[in-house]
Amino acid sequence: MKIEIIAYGIAKDIINGPSLSMDIVEALDVGTVRKILLSNYPALKGLASLQLAVNEEYVSDDFVLKENDEVVIIPPVSGG
Amino acid sequence: MNDVYITSDPLDSDACTKAVTFADAGGLVVFVGNVRNITKGKTVKHLVFEAYEKMALKEMAKIIDEAVLKWGLKKMVIHHRTGLVQVGESAVVIACSSAHRKAAFDACEYAIDKLKETVPIWKKEFFEDGEVWVSAHP
Repeated sequence: MKIEIIAYGIAKDIINGPSLSMDIVEALDVGTVRKILLSNYPALKGLASLQLAVNEEYVSDDFVLKENDEVVIIPPVSGG
Repeated sequence: MNDVYITSDPLDSDACTKAVTFADAGGLVVFVGNVRNITKGKTVKHLVFEAYEKMALKEMAKIIDEAVLKWGLKKMVIHHRTGLVQVGESAVVIACSSAHRKAAFDACEYAIDKLKETVPIWKKEFFEDGEVWVSAHP
């Protein structure tokens, strides 16, 4: 299945755009998506942290993705 | 007014103060985070804030719920600016009130600390000679 991954902040600079699409197998977990991202975009490894959010909530690596989930790369936040 | 609000317009700390003013709330604390003109000795031209707005509003609402519950507040509001923010302008306003001052002080400090940890908003500093996403690298 295809998923769309949205990026913000420095992650947007690293992936060279506001989003990317990824072809993944059914029922893939977020940890594997993170590994794929780190391997495709090594500059992500240099960040102080790299979290993923699904449907507007932080999720842990064992969270299983389904079609049409909104996946967002959250680099270190710096609001306030 | 909304308890949680993200806007590219200037923030209104007076309106936030009024929103948490009640006859039975004797302690009212307002934190205003302004854009500083200097970072690590370098002159800051301005900042740009970017938000994952839907999730940022949710995370801000979670902070309010936690703080109201933990400190028994009357009310808390959190407003955050996005887009280009000039030196001296406000990036964030957190106002809260409680029967007595200590709860309001503690809750307000908790809210700004937690916001900096969990709310998906990013700040880019612009200097004379370049720009940098704040806290991105260790």
